Amino acid sequence: MVHWTPEEKQMITSLWAKVNVAECGGEALARMMIVYPWTQRFFSTFGNLSNPQAIQHNPKVLEHGKKVLTSFGNAVKDLDHIKETFAHLSELHCEKLHVDPENFKLLGNVLVIVLAAHIRKDFPPACQAAWHKLVAAVAHALALRYH
Amino acid sequence: MTLTQAEKAAVVAIWEKVATHANAIGAESLERLFSGFPQTKTYFPHFDLSQGSAQLHGHGSKVLSAIGEATKNIDNITGALATLSELHAYILRVDPVNFKLLSHCILCSLAAHFPNDFTPEVHAALDKFLSQISSVLTEKYR
Repeated sequence: MVHWTPEEKQMITSLWAKVNVAECGGEALARMMIVYPWTQRFFSTFGNLSNPQAIQHNPKVLEHGKKVLTSFGNAVKDLDHIKETFAHLSELHCEKLHVDPENFKLLGNVLVIVLAAHIRKDFPPACQAAWHKLVAAVAHALALRYH
Repeated sequence: MTLTQAEKAAVVAIWEKVATHANAIGAESLERLFSGFPQTKTYFPHFDLSQGSAQLHGHGSKVLSAIGEATKNIDNITGALATLSELHAYILRVDPVNFKLLSHCILCSLAAHFPNDFTPEVHAALDKFLSQISSVLTEKYR
């Protein structure tokens, strides 16, 4: 289980209150597909992913990004039970979606960058560090049920 | 990280021995990969990955054969693996981290099969060589 200090919990939850989940989720997923183009391999049914503009405005990308970040919010709501929270999703990503867990790390890093871009001065190094811990914990939880 | 002449020679020499057991070593390397790093199986949902499966053997020998091509063209690995490079970049899109995992498993198999030949120097040369192959295969990713 991840050990959180009270300060880390506070930084995570207060930052989350400022996050526009739809906007940041869509942007994070789009950026991941643009910066790491090989991640597009999971989204062949999403339509036009042929260039950064297309990806950033693709409605399926935006919708899916929102879904992913909304789910991420469940980790924030219960920081002490991240593994349990994502147990079912872990099985799903392994057995049905066949997603290499490396992608969770890629998306997690992109998310932190998107937060930095949106939140700016309210996202200082200490806050970023707490969020790195969180995205790593979520990535780990999502990979846990892989077999 | 380019290979020295001595390293190239070491790679070519050990690979002559490997080539005679390519099928077995290829399959074993993949088995090691899938057991040690189960997440790598996500790239093969269409395969029967049980021990001794025909697909495992077929794919293992395909991989080792490509490495063999690289040893025969060790001064121009980029050219020798150009088609495979495009395949990995545009079709397969295996996350780059997995090349290290497979390279590691290949080294384990070689160490197990050729303990006397797998000296530290040969180990170092092979590690560099496999790393160079990995770079070529991921070169066109972005």
